[in-house]
Amino acid sequence: MIGGLFIYNHKGEVLISRVYRDDIGRNAVDAFRVNVIHARQQVRSPVTNIARTSFFHVKRSNIWLAAVTKQNVNAAMVFEFLYKMCDVMAAYFGKISEENIKNNFVLIYELLDEILDFGYPQNSETGALKTFITQQGIKSQHEDKRRAIPDHQPGDWANWLAAGGHQVSSERALPGCAGECEPPHVPTGGKQSIAIDDCTFHQCVRLSKFDSERSISFIPPDGEFELMRYRTTKDIILPFRVIPLVREVGRTKLEVKVVIKSNFKPSLLAQKIEVRIPTPLNTSGVQVICMKGKAKYKASENAIVWKIKRMAGMKESQISAEIELLPTNDKKKWARPPISMNFEVPFAPSGLKVRYLKVFEPKLNYSDHDVIKWVRYIGRSGIYETRC
Amino acid sequence: MTDSKYFTTTKKGEIFELKAELNSDKKEKKKEAVKKVIASMTVGKDVSALFPDVVNCMQTDNLELKKLVYLYLMNYAKSQPDMAIMAVNTFVKDCEDPNPLIRALAVRTMGCIRVDKITEYLCEPLRKCLKDEDPYVRKTAAVCVAKLHDINAQLVEDQGFLDTLKDLISDSNPMVVANAVAALSEIAESHPSSNLLDLNPQSINKLLTALNECTEWGQIFILDCLANYTPKDDREAQSICERVTPRLSHANSAVVLSAVKVLMKFMEMLSKDLDYYGTLLKKLAPPLVTLLSAEPELQYVALRNINLIVQKRPEILKHEMKVFFVKYNDPIYVKLEKLDIMIRLASQANIAQVLAELKEYATEVDVDFVRKAVRAIGRCAIKVEQSAERCVSTLLDLIQTKVNYVVQEAIVVIKDIFRKYPNKYESVIATLCENLDSLDEPEARAAMIWIVGEYAERIDNADELLESFLEGFHDESTQVQLQLLTAIVKLFLKKPTETQELVQQVLSLATQDSDNPDLRDRGYIYWRLLSTDPVAAKEVVLAEKPLISEETDLIEPTLLDELICYIGTLASVYHKPPSAFVEGGRGVVHKSLPPRTASNESTESPETAPAGPPSGEQPDVIPAQGDLLGDLLNLDLGPPVSGPPLATSSVQMGAVDLLGGGLDSLIGGPNFVTPPAAAVPANLGAPMGSGLSDLFDLTSGVGTLSGSYVAPKAVGSISMDLQLTNKALQVMTDFAIQFNRNSFGLAPAAPLQVHAPLSPNQTVEISLPLNTVGSVMKMEPLNNLQVAVKNNIDVFYFSTLYPLHILFVEDGKMERQMFLATWKDIPNENEAQFQIRDCPLNAEAASSRLQSSNIFTVAKRNVEGQDMLYQSLKLTNGIWVLAELRIQPGNPNFMLSLKCRAPEVSPHVCQAYETILKN
Repeated sequence: MIGGLFIYNHKGEVLISRVYRDDIGRNAVDAFRVNVIHARQQVRSPVTNIARTSFFHVKRSNIWLAAVTKQNVNAAMVFEFLYKMCDVMAAYFGKISEENIKNNFVLIYELLDEILDFGYPQNSETGALKTFITQQGIKSQHEDKRRAIPDHQPGDWANWLAAGGHQVSSERALPGCAGECEPPHVPTGGKQSIAIDDCTFHQCVRLSKFDSERSISFIPPDGEFELMRYRTTKDIILPFRVIPLVREVGRTKLEVKVVIKSNFKPSLLAQKIEVRIPTPLNTSGVQVICMKGKAKYKASENAIVWKIKRMAGMKESQISAEIELLPTNDKKKWARPPISMNFEVPFAPSGLKVRYLKVFEPKLNYSDHDVIKWVRYIGRSGIYETRC
Repeated sequence: MTDSKYFTTTKKGEIFELKAELNSDKKEKKKEAVKKVIASMTVGKDVSALFPDVVNCMQTDNLELKKLVYLYLMNYAKSQPDMAIMAVNTFVKDCEDPNPLIRALAVRTMGCIRVDKITEYLCEPLRKCLKDEDPYVRKTAAVCVAKLHDINAQLVEDQGFLDTLKDLISDSNPMVVANAVAALSEIAESHPSSNLLDLNPQSINKLLTALNECTEWGQIFILDCLANYTPKDDREAQSICERVTPRLSHANSAVVLSAVKVLMKFMEMLSKDLDYYGTLLKKLAPPLVTLLSAEPELQYVALRNINLIVQKRPEILKHEMKVFFVKYNDPIYVKLEKLDIMIRLASQANIAQVLAELKEYATEVDVDFVRKAVRAIGRCAIKVEQSAERCVSTLLDLIQTKVNYVVQEAIVVIKDIFRKYPNKYESVIATLCENLDSLDEPEARAAMIWIVGEYAERIDNADELLESFLEGFHDESTQVQLQLLTAIVKLFLKKPTETQELVQQVLSLATQDSDNPDLRDRGYIYWRLLSTDPVAAKEVVLAEKPLISEETDLIEPTLLDELICYIGTLASVYHKPPSAFVEGGRGVVHKSLPPRTASNESTESPETAPAGPPSGEQPDVIPAQGDLLGDLLNLDLGPPVSGPPLATSSVQMGAVDLLGGGLDSLIGGPNFVTPPAAAVPANLGAPMGSGLSDLFDLTSGVGTLSGSYVAPKAVGSISMDLQLTNKALQVMTDFAIQFNRNSFGLAPAAPLQVHAPLSPNQTVEISLPLNTVGSVMKMEPLNNLQVAVKNNIDVFYFSTLYPLHILFVEDGKMERQMFLATWKDIPNENEAQFQIRDCPLNAEAASSRLQSSNIFTVAKRNVEGQDMLYQSLKLTNGIWVLAELRIQPGNPNFMLSLKCRAPEVSPHVCQAYETILKN
């Protein structure tokens, strides 16, 4: 099992160190710093074995979280635990930063005592933890209080491109339950007319029931959560098509033209559209012309960023840019990273629909029609990329 | 107000101030003070002086303060065991507190205080907490049993906690069940023989029920435990599988992987004709693909596991090629793993797509990734014949980019393509030759030289090309030297008239000017072949080469099966058995997949069902002989260039791991070029030491090291006595030792400990403990042991013969009945007769002397005045040898008949007899 857990800042200084097992010595803390954080090379593996001690690490902004063990632990579990630990910390004090960690170190130790016992992960649902944790989270003053949507980790929306990336987020409006009542019992479900390759569920879902009855029955935890995640590769309406055209004019000039076409009902509006066109490292200047929205060359990011606030369905828009290049001796060709895109559309591009939502609350005697229910469909891009 | 201010108090007299604050009457102030203490503790300051003051704060109703104090206690109790006793009373009291949170907290913390004296006091509270009415307390107490077991296993057994823990498996609360399972699994691991987890259909049923109810982590504990169970027949296996499959839809990837482990394992028992078998196969693919949308670290774990699954059951993911395509922003470790799987899944059906992708990857930035992509193109050519032509032209395109490492990698793989499809693509040789000058990596140079040698008859200036390499012969790495030697000999055999001078030059370079025994040996072999029988030389050197295998880097099947049992764990990430990276007793038990059984069969012959591997293994403990010296040399030189892939040789555990710890990096270094100073063991003067003396040029160079092997050992443990003499002018440090694979798996049980640097002319004597858990390869002679000793100057190789009786084990006495049966059972052709001359002992004395060396007399008879001793002995690898020793009073010559299932050991056993009897 997990023998110890360390949190470091970007310099490799230890902010939190909690050792659960005797086989993890003090030198383990230093071993990780020297061999991984201070290593010159890029990280080649998230699991590192140093002198028969294994280190699992994840990074959040410039904070390193490392779990240490000398045994043959369940590696997938260790990483899931580290992510969960990040989620719990984020729920208590917002962004995982050096400042926030120092501000909340007592809380973190308390959490580590509660959710990891002798290296075995224990109940780590934020809602359930409230019963056990005495410390309050302290948020940094600089924290953006307006942030309404929780910060999604990369990978959360990510990796949906191949599948036609999008995600359905439904908001539930359920009657508040008083502290002592049993949480309501909510099954949703119905016939699915689209083909889903695979789906996974939050742990509150009764998996065996889904397996036999194909309806999702669950007891929701407090707060917002991701109930279901699915993958589909057939019959997806890609909301946008991206058509790139790159022409090299001599050795010092590139001409780029990108057309985006929206491919959904004209009455619907896509929002927060952002197209990112990578430019070579030796770019010296860029001229951009776009029909709609605003476009800017961002030298620090090596990209042209084109933003459009709204765009209706069945429309098309275009950007063209002239990129001046510095002559270089570098023989290696520019690797041409893909053009990426972000957007939000008010429908589920997979065609997935929630057929019904029923609420059972036997103790408080709610009947299903007492409950105000609504479902909103939003399709959000994950990794939406086009090779050029 | 934030907590970060606690980190900033660094002024002097701080401890004093804290002391005052800790003893304050105000609760708030106390709390603040304890927080400051903990902050100091975190940044590494020693605040142990405050122990009594902090402990004084422990008696409080305030949960927050109590938790803080407990946190401090856990850290310092070990360094202040006497003080820790002061806290015991409060702990015991807290375990009776009306608040379940405090009861659980107390029992949890007490288990973390690893002080022997405290553990005695822990027993009573723990007993109560295990039966607490609150499940939260019970689940905490369950883990506490594991903690206590870690400190004092005997105490846990004596107090009967294990039984209580077993009872908790039937607890009504699934969290309690899960923690009890976790604790029991851990304890069982350190007692492999005990049947602690006593899994039977009833308890399995309980676990499966709890599985539906408990937290994600609990599900993992239970699934990992289930994976250790062996169902009694295929019906039971199927019913468990059916109840485990819904877990494949869990959002937690670890739950999914653990479920996959159970299914992969139990599937072994299902008949392939079963409908359910096919259904299950189909159900496995989607969740595995979904794992690839997890975060990158988990993707990495998933990919390492998928790599195993694809090797074990390729049919599961054969249609899923696309999801393994690399994304631009994938971290490098994900990219490399995906590429590996792409190569494994490549087939005629998807090859076009795959090639297009690989070509794209070959233009990326990361050098390792690009190299691997180029190599992958070559693998595709070899794997899918129809694609070979396209692959070759893609590789030629890549060579045109002139990017140095791409060119070199391409040449290496083209060599393999030539091996697979001889005489098909020589038209590209010209293009390859154009790039001759840009090759600076040994592997690429060696590959190019191989190509030139192989096609010497079609390359007009082959002799010039090879000659140009010869100029810098001494600066080349060994693999290039070896390749150059072979290539020139090939050239000579093909065009003898013009190249005689060249071949003489290379032979003298290899045999006279080189210190590398391997190179010298190869040189001598060629020389003698060429000078005695050129026709034979042609047959040997230009012989048809064995086909190269389509798959590379395949994991050896038994290891693969073991790793399948470890899906999701570190072993599956490292692709090594746990024994290779876990210290001590844990995880050393080898797991194996269950044998396939049908239900009706197993009821009729139950004894055949769980037949483990050991019983069947005995007759063939000694695998066929591999390439001599292969392992020792590969260690330093990297894989041989032209030899067949080593995939088939049994790689039980990386030989390097035997050395353990920090030495790994010492030995594994890929570029061990022999330094110019000659490395010569001056003599092998020990009684049993003979060796590869002809490999070492005894007449030249500075003698640097003499290793001698002193044989006879104390019975019971095997050790090797080494005498190291530094005959060089330089101080020697950083000694390490390694054995080549040998007949009985002898391996150093500890690293070679030469404590002080060895100055010139100094001699040290070292006794190196050995064990017999190393890799096994049959040697010729059987008791030959090849040893490599390394230090800061060089690697020294020598070989020695060890007396077989060091391997006789103490439980080598066979039952009389058994002896008779076995003697009859062993065929007569396995019997060997020997005479032991000039032995002055009588039967009595001989018997007792042999006994002290673990040769046991089973029975004694007197026939016609002769004493007949029937004796048995057992070798460390389980081979029994039966002996009949005939002694005639007055005659110093004994007759010895040996019978053994592995007759090759007999002469060595006889030798051992002789040594023991005459010593």
